[in-house]
Amino acid sequence: MDDMYREQILEHSKYPHNFGTLDAPSVSHEEHNPLCGDRVRMDIQIADGVITDVRFSGKGCAISQASASLLTDELIGMPVEQAKVYSKDDLLELIGIPLGKNPVRLKCALLSLKALKVGLYGVGHIHDDDDD
Amino acid sequence: MPTLSTFDVVALRREFPILQQQVNGKPLAFLDSAASSQKPRQVIDCLEDYYRRYNANVHRGVYKLSEEATFAFERARGKIARFIGAYSKREVVFTRNTTEAINLVAYAWGGANVGPGDRILLTLMEHHSNIVPWQMLAQRTGAKLDYIGLDGDGRLNLDELDTKLTEGVKLLAVTHQSNVLGTVNPVAMLAERAHAVGAKILVDGAQSVPHMPVDVRALGCDFMAFSGHKMCGPTGIGALWARRSLLESMPPFLGGGSMIEVVDLDSSTYAEVPARFEAGTPAIGEAIALGEACDFLANVGMEAIHQHEQALLGYALDRLASVEGLAILGPQDTKDRGGAISFTLDGVHPHDVAAILDGEGVAVRAGHHCTQPLHRYYDVPSSTRASFYIYNVAEEIDRLAVGLEKARKLFN
Repeated sequence: MDDMYREQILEHSKYPHNFGTLDAPSVSHEEHNPLCGDRVRMDIQIADGVITDVRFSGKGCAISQASASLLTDELIGMPVEQAKVYSKDDLLELIGIPLGKNPVRLKCALLSLKALKVGLYGVGHIHDDDDD
Repeated sequence: MPTLSTFDVVALRREFPILQQQVNGKPLAFLDSAASSQKPRQVIDCLEDYYRRYNANVHRGVYKLSEEATFAFERARGKIARFIGAYSKREVVFTRNTTEAINLVAYAWGGANVGPGDRILLTLMEHHSNIVPWQMLAQRTGAKLDYIGLDGDGRLNLDELDTKLTEGVKLLAVTHQSNVLGTVNPVAMLAERAHAVGAKILVDGAQSVPHMPVDVRALGCDFMAFSGHKMCGPTGIGALWARRSLLESMPPFLGGGSMIEVVDLDSSTYAEVPARFEAGTPAIGEAIALGEACDFLANVGMEAIHQHEQALLGYALDRLASVEGLAILGPQDTKDRGGAISFTLDGVHPHDVAAILDGEGVAVRAGHHCTQPLHRYYDVPSSTRASFYIYNVAEEIDRLAVGLEKARKLFN
């Protein structure tokens, strides 16, 4: 447990980076976690095939907020094609905490990634590999 | 640690093998019995005995094992009937759980008795299992749903009965005890009011039957649904109680084996109640073990169990009041309230609260507890819930409070 709430996670959850919304995002998508009612919306600005800005908003636990915060930092400046294949293992490595095989906490950690993927691919075209 | 109980809780805890373990290096404090209770050795042994010694299908075999299984299965039905004060064991239908029992009523009784424009009255504190089956019935039949709201204390706003529980309401479906707020609803009075306008009343007893003396005759209700796994019994078994005349007036729910009399190519005649509602091979060992759980609880005494939980609840309400930033959803005192306490903690998400408590060996639930409309009413997406049962002790509530202080410090 103490491993889970490391300094980096607490800092990002208390003072999240890129929190908010964009006025005219190229892509915007919100995902819900029906287990706990949490939601994360990702607003993404794209120019010339590159993500130029990202904002996230919503409510969630420390893990989901910190994960979204870390992910947005990573995305800014990333080509869309690269973002499309950004994997859950990439994100889990970035978060760097031992979530183990707890499917509930994995859902929290991966909610922002799901919002990103569904947003980039368009609803109905997402290959959902998050549901272990 | 204050003494809370008329029975020896420490000795009783030893009857629950699962409670003897450590979680994350600390003794397990299990505070999630509202979701599912733990099982005493007596119930586990009973279930094992069935599978080891006399496992066979019921109601068909003429051989010894099947006779023994049938006898034990039907005897369990009788134990359950006595446990809730039913007139007859024929009024007890075995189901998988509360949810299936409510769906049975929604399909079988609802399909035959509810039509376009009829109203079904629910309350804002219902579990999804006592909302969604009625939404589905309303969609099939054109009936309308209405909800009794809450007052500032988290109790039903009974003033609304005058305008909402009126002619045209076919059914009032209400929880006996809220799984989130702990609120105990005045079911006997609601039954009288429902009957006065010609409505039936279904009571969701999932949180009451395990925790307090429940007498369906004294309550005057028409249907009572409850689950075995929340009352020291196994999962996969629950029951619907209904007045016999009502059951007899109802068409079947699921079709199949066991629920028939004569099957022709085009049609069939149906068995007497309760068999009419029990298609297919039931959860035999689980039903027998649920009967054993009723024996176990009755032996401790439901009034004693209720008193024990009331004492824990009082202690917990006081103890949690000292945790800064903690807000309890629902009644703040023990009056007409059971041992489930849901709360929010300023600045800490319920998932994080539960994860931090887990690190202390304290098991609580985080989420919406299958009551999204209720959480929306309180304008919170989710909450943390601690719930008590027969085996909990005050020391576990102290550990809960200490864990909550730790969570607050971590995030503030």
